[in-house]
Amino acid sequence: MNRRFDGALFTLAVLLLWELLYRVVGSAGLSSPLTTFAAVVHLLSSGAFWKNVSATADAFALAVVFSLAGGLAIGLLLGLSRFAGDVFDPILNALTAIPKITLYPVILLFFGLGMEAKVAFGTIHGIFPVIILTMNGVRNISPVVRKAARAMRLTPAQTIRTVLLPAALPEIVSGMRIGVSLALLGTLIGELFASDRGIGFMLIQSVEHSDVPTTMAITVLLFAVAVVGGMAMLRVDRRLHQGG
Amino acid sequence: MDVRSQAPPIDAPVALDVSGVSHTFVAQGSGAQVCALDGIDLRLAPGEFFSVIGPSGCGKSTLLEIVAGLTRPTEGRVVFDGREVLGEVPDGVGMVFQEDASFPWLSVWDNVAFGLRRRGADAAEIKRRVDYALRFVGLADFARHHPRQLSGGMRQRVCIARTLVLEPRLILLDEPFGALDQQTRLVMGEELLRLWRETGATVLLITHGLDEAAMLSDRIGVMSARPGRFIATLATGWPRERDSQVVNEPHFGALTGEMWTHLRAESMRSIGIPP
Repeated sequence: MNRRFDGALFTLAVLLLWELLYRVVGSAGLSSPLTTFAAVVHLLSSGAFWKNVSATADAFALAVVFSLAGGLAIGLLLGLSRFAGDVFDPILNALTAIPKITLYPVILLFFGLGMEAKVAFGTIHGIFPVIILTMNGVRNISPVVRKAARAMRLTPAQTIRTVLLPAALPEIVSGMRIGVSLALLGTLIGELFASDRGIGFMLIQSVEHSDVPTTMAITVLLFAVAVVGGMAMLRVDRRLHQGG
Repeated sequence: MDVRSQAPPIDAPVALDVSGVSHTFVAQGSGAQVCALDGIDLRLAPGEFFSVIGPSGCGKSTLLEIVAGLTRPTEGRVVFDGREVLGEVPDGVGMVFQEDASFPWLSVWDNVAFGLRRRGADAAEIKRRVDYALRFVGLADFARHHPRQLSGGMRQRVCIARTLVLEPRLILLDEPFGALDQQTRLVMGEELLRLWRETGATVLLITHGLDEAAMLSDRIGVMSARPGRFIATLATGWPRERDSQVVNEPHFGALTGEMWTHLRAESMRSIGIPP
């Protein structure tokens, strides 16, 4: 109850600030909350918007699948082999640190303008946190838990499925949560810079046409989706870290 | 009464045969060679209860891991039930570790059922055996709890139940009662004796409790400070039907006294006091 009240108060404060800012900078730089919400309603009822949403959603969904499945497989492999983990740990950290936008021209050369490039770009953003947290999750399993698995004569497949994965699950889910957020970021950035459809493309077009209300409306919608999605994932994550 | 005893005669049946086992490992950090065990010989008759007692750091746990097949010795060999143990835990061997090895993501009941499920036992059989094992360790009322909701001693009992439910023929126990208070230890020890009698299993127990070793064992091996060797083997001479009441026997004091005589200098050496 109290929390909901806080949330409402926060939203109100943001809206007020927004309106104030709008009065200062004027409609060339910002649209008012009201105009923006009118634009949101207009967007939601237009067919072109939903076509772009589905283009982004398709690319995002594929990027998520590749990030999670690929990240889990690679992270597990690196976590299981101490040697491979030691070798790849610094490389992974370096790869995570580089601004991936610098790779986008290369990706475009590889995949051309379209779905594949967006998926690839989303994946190179999303996969690293999944790899790193899965690897660390597996490496941090206490040695006695691994020994207990050996003492119960589990096969390697049984050990992975029934001991290593559940033991590392809280960290794996944290990695996946960050991975999903970054995959969305990557997909949208890809659309912003070079693409012919999708939400990012729509956003950059509205900027080029100086259509401030539409720009703001898309931003607000993206913001809302990111917050709601992020909070839902965080809730699952927290529950797992507290152990159910 | 002469409490010293020889190993079983050569032609007697042997459940576990450890011969000439030495183990050297490279210390992390310094890179120095550390000799943990030096020429261990040990033969256990089927159904025997044998305890190993020794100062801390003498390689007792390493010995148990070698017997279990979790660690390969640098020298010597281990034979269980006529087969050499080679880098894999043999069927019929159950081990309880010194540290808490319960699985935090599973309930107490699921922890205990874990091994049976992996072996594909049927549901009714699993239920019967898990319920029995939980009653045995006194955790029947905690079946639905998760390990983090339990005390350290209770978690250790979960691990004991998880191992015993598989009805191993050789039970390896690495200071399993270390986390328990004195009274619970005595009761658990008594229950362990009952289970040992009923199943006919062979038990190899690592302990640092003189009275625990004296009360539970048929024979006790006293180990030296590192590198661990057996410096004495004592036979308790207790009947198979026994319980914690043996602590009242006059012979009990003589046993712990003799163990301490052997251990005193070794313990001082292991903590760096000149004897």
